[in-house]
Amino acid sequence: MAMLEVNGLNVYYGLIHALHDVSFHVNEGEVVALIGANGAGKTTILHTVSGLLGAKSGSVVFEGKDITKKPGHSIVKLGMGHVPEGRRVFPGLTVAENLRMGAFTRPKGEIAASLNEVYEWFPRLEERKNQPAGTLSGGEQQMLAMGRAMMSKPRILLLDEPSMGLSPLFVGEIFKIIEKVSAAGTTVLLVEQNAKKALSIADRAYVLETGNIIKEGVAADLLNDDAIKKAYLGE
Amino acid sequence: MLNYLITGISLGSIYAIIALGYTMVYGIAKMLNFAHGDVIMVGGYMCFCATTYMGWHPLLGVLLAMAVCTVLGIVIERLAYKPLRSAPSLAVLITAIGVSYFLQNAALLIWTSNPKSFSPIVGRGAVQFGDLQITHVTLVTIAACVVIMAALTLFTGKTKLGTAMRAVSEDKGAAQLMGINVNTTISMAFAIGSALAAIAGVLLCSAYPMLVPTTGSMPGIKAFTAAVFGGIGSIPGAMLGGILLGIIETFCRAYISMELSDGIVFGVLILVLLVKPAGLLGKQTREKV
Ligand SMILES: Nc1ncnc2c1ncn2[C@@H]1O[C@H](COP(=O)(O)OP(=O)(O)OP(=O)(O)O)[C@@H](O)[C@H]1O
Ligand SMILES: [Mg+2]
Repeated sequence: MAMLEVNGLNVYYGLIHALHDVSFHVNEGEVVALIGANGAGKTTILHTVSGLLGAKSGSVVFEGKDITKKPGHSIVKLGMGHVPEGRRVFPGLTVAENLRMGAFTRPKGEIAASLNEVYEWFPRLEERKNQPAGTLSGGEQQMLAMGRAMMSKPRILLLDEPSMGLSPLFVGEIFKIIEKVSAAGTTVLLVEQNAKKALSIADRAYVLETGNIIKEGVAADLLNDDAIKKAYLGE
Repeated sequence: MLNYLITGISLGSIYAIIALGYTMVYGIAKMLNFAHGDVIMVGGYMCFCATTYMGWHPLLGVLLAMAVCTVLGIVIERLAYKPLRSAPSLAVLITAIGVSYFLQNAALLIWTSNPKSFSPIVGRGAVQFGDLQITHVTLVTIAACVVIMAALTLFTGKTKLGTAMRAVSEDKGAAQLMGINVNTTISMAFAIGSALAAIAGVLLCSAYPMLVPTTGSMPGIKAFTAAVFGGIGSIPGAMLGGILLGIIETFCRAYISMELSDGIVFGVLILVLLVKPAGLLGKQTREKV
């Protein structure tokens, strides 16, 4: 059975029907990419999976548990981390406080060790640990958002456009980190506009258009798919 | 002169404690709880009933007032404000005013409009420092204010729950993704604010021992002013705003005019807001209302 199974999801914003019968799955250990143009519904999918939004119909099943109706705050404990679009670090909290909030659901005794791990991953964060997160650069905030999600020791990590607004050098660095996260055993569901980069590190991918999944397949195949090349890879 | 200053600080301490309640709730729920002043009044009546009718020790009276107000604050939030969390802020404001009138009228029904004479929680004595005479009530008031300020600063700055509160006030969605229960956190802010209102109510009635159902409204409005004056959402701001307001008001009463003092107090507020729209210690951010 897949680690994360999404079946026939329909989500509305008032009268706007944002997701139409969306179904997909993520197997343990995979990196799965979700690509699509602006407004396709990628963020809506992630928000529904992690419980920030409710679904009209359909289900989200994580490790065999139906979490469709669970309140958002209770889903982290089950082993799901979510790095939201636009990073959304807490600007007035220090870097260290942001990271500690990431471990909100974990026992006090385990936090110091995780904090050190995250600092090993992101040495820049340790240098800036007492600085308010709002004063970090965009790339550093992205690292903080990822480190903060890692503090909950997730078994699956949802990433919403981690490369948004970053310089090419930083984009490379962030993607390297995603590969490392995956190599360390965390399953990854990656939403990206940068389809080329996303497909190059993903195992499988789904293509989303105006709230519908229109294509799915092995990432390497999609990279060579003519229609995909034309629509999303700018070739 | 020095006497007036002490009186001002003492009155200001009461405003500050009330203002802290406004600021905590505003910081986290982004709403003005106009019923906050009436929670003060309920706190006053509770302590009055405990000490006068039931003959309890004043300290127990304070604890009863705090317990009742804490529950009241949580219930008000759950019943009146929570259903409106995504409603326009005007709807929330009108509801808050409605809750305020509801509490005043309920108090009118239970305790009638006859003023109750409150017996202060500490003796009427005073301590003499040279020429300076400071009543026990004043001392207790200032001490309570200092202790509350220190405790709240420690709580929000150093504890896990306090940090979570700041996280919720900055970004509720992201806080949820951390596993923080936003509803519980908002309830907690109302609980703390209302417990502080109870303390303020008891101190207020000890200093000005006339208790009527509208006792809380004027100090409530002034403390709200103080919170805005200091920068709403900021804990040190509420403190500074409250104390400054108390001092200004006392000096106006003493040296300018009894009748004009409230006008002058609000005039100062308008001036400060013209120069610093976010208040003395407020963050200069544009607030979505
Ligand atoms: N809060 C909201 N209220 C109303 N409509 C919304 C809301 N959020 C999103 N939508 C609509 O739902 C659709 C999907 O939005 P979503 O944010 O999921 O897209 P996205 O694929 O993440 O886009 P982007 O790549 O720009 O982040 C869009 O048409 C959007 O306008
Ligand atoms: Mg998006």
